[in-house]
Amino acid sequence: MGKQPPVPLLINGRRSDGRLPNEHRPVRMEVGVINNAEGSALVAYGNTVILAAVYGPREVPQKHLELPDKAILRVRYHMAPFSTSEGRKSPTPSRREIEISKVIRMALEPVVILERFPRTTIDVYIEVLQADGSTRVTGITAASLALADAGIPMRDLLVGVSIGKVSGTIVVDLNQLEDQYGEGDMPFAIMYGRGLITLMQADGEWTPGEIGQAIEMAFKAAEQIYRLQKDTLKSKYVESSISLLT
Amino acid sequence: MLSVTQERSVIPKLKQEVMKKMVEQGVRIDGRGLNDYRKLSISVGVVKTADGSSLVTLGNTKVIAGVKVEVGKPFEDTPDEGALIVNLEIAPTASPDVEPGPPDENAIEIARVVDRTIRHSGFLDFKTLSIVSGKHAWFLWVDVYVLNHDGNLVDASTIAAVTALMNTALPKVELDPSGNIIKIDKSSRAPLTLNTDKLPLTITHIKMGNILLIDPTRDEEDLSDGTYIVGVAGGNVVAIQKVMGAFTRDEINYMINNSTNQYARLKDLIINAMRNPSTELKL
Repeated sequence: MGKQPPVPLLINGRRSDGRLPNEHRPVRMEVGVINNAEGSALVAYGNTVILAAVYGPREVPQKHLELPDKAILRVRYHMAPFSTSEGRKSPTPSRREIEISKVIRMALEPVVILERFPRTTIDVYIEVLQADGSTRVTGITAASLALADAGIPMRDLLVGVSIGKVSGTIVVDLNQLEDQYGEGDMPFAIMYGRGLITLMQADGEWTPGEIGQAIEMAFKAAEQIYRLQKDTLKSKYVESSISLLT
Repeated sequence: MLSVTQERSVIPKLKQEVMKKMVEQGVRIDGRGLNDYRKLSISVGVVKTADGSSLVTLGNTKVIAGVKVEVGKPFEDTPDEGALIVNLEIAPTASPDVEPGPPDENAIEIARVVDRTIRHSGFLDFKTLSIVSGKHAWFLWVDVYVLNHDGNLVDASTIAAVTALMNTALPKVELDPSGNIIKIDKSSRAPLTLNTDKLPLTITHIKMGNILLIDPTRDEEDLSDGTYIVGVAGGNVVAIQKVMGAFTRDEINYMINNSTNQYARLKDLIINAMRNPSTELKL
């Protein structure tokens, strides 16, 4: 809204960081990074770095919240005070963080087989350590890996991908600058193996045709990340079984 | 602050079965088709103490929105613009399961979806709220109150917020030559400049089994397997929020198209309702 970006977001088909519209930033992931947690993962999309840790299934501290037929999920998305490029972020949860915690929980609920653990809680903590755009979707990819690492039964892995619109062009994996000055963003969580979408939001102005294009681009990017998630999980178990043998 | 899985209201098994069977045959328990809204009524100007207000009744859902305007200092990155702040509270009058207290995650989510839908629609040009660049601008505080909850709070709240803004008039501001405010004259007012071609609305779908329907009642929401909200302005989508469940790409395409189709009819209803403002607050 009237805000001019400090540098052009798109020149000759290249984005401010040199990427093509359909080019994702490098994705890095590692599981089992927090020794005390049942499962954990560190995921980076470029300079966005997120930690997710899972505790449970375990007893629900507030008894009145437990459900007789399934586990509850308790999810928190939180930004570390030093994670933003501007001033210190107050550690008190903002309205934005409260909403994001909810949409991430709603993205995970169809994926986790909660019916397997009645009267328990599965806690998913997502900490944004370094933010450069697309934090909620990077957090989703990390949360899904942490749940799998914890051995919690799931219907599929969940991949987070963000799509946006900059200078009228649909692009994948927004960085901070594009998030702040672009014309719109559209985050997704995709159960790639089942072809289902469990998180989708949008702001900015989109034609129905552009939304179709965005979904297509999101699935293409999700396929790559989904493979990387599987490889990451497999390699951890290969490593740990080798160490058991030797 | 943790987001926690919530217990859903229990609907008697018998009623559940009847509702699901009927929906499979294309009708709903209240006699509507799958693609019908409930009766909508709008009364604007019902709260005299507000600068703009609207009471919206959608079936048995009742929502009231009040706008209060204040002069504030524009934000540094947008010196020529005013601001819009949307809050929503589900009053404890709304249903037996609402506890008094600060807005919970559900209320915050609805307020933020309504806010995004209005903000990105082009309905309100924030530059028209400027008084003196960098110094004074109008801040529009939109407070939405849910008085009775019978489902689809989002669509009712968007209609209430939008029509309350259409009912809002800004007081006249007198300035001295250096741009300081001498007087704010509340007896002399001018309506907000709004672009009604871009009137923002949300359209909510839920999924029961694999059947999609719009404008759910509370019982239908409690039985639903998914909720998906589309914000529309003119012919374009200006907000999306998947609230619950999992959707296929085909379902999403259908809901986007159906929402843009529903938009025109809803918008006509609203423009018509604006023609006769009410004189007293009646529920």
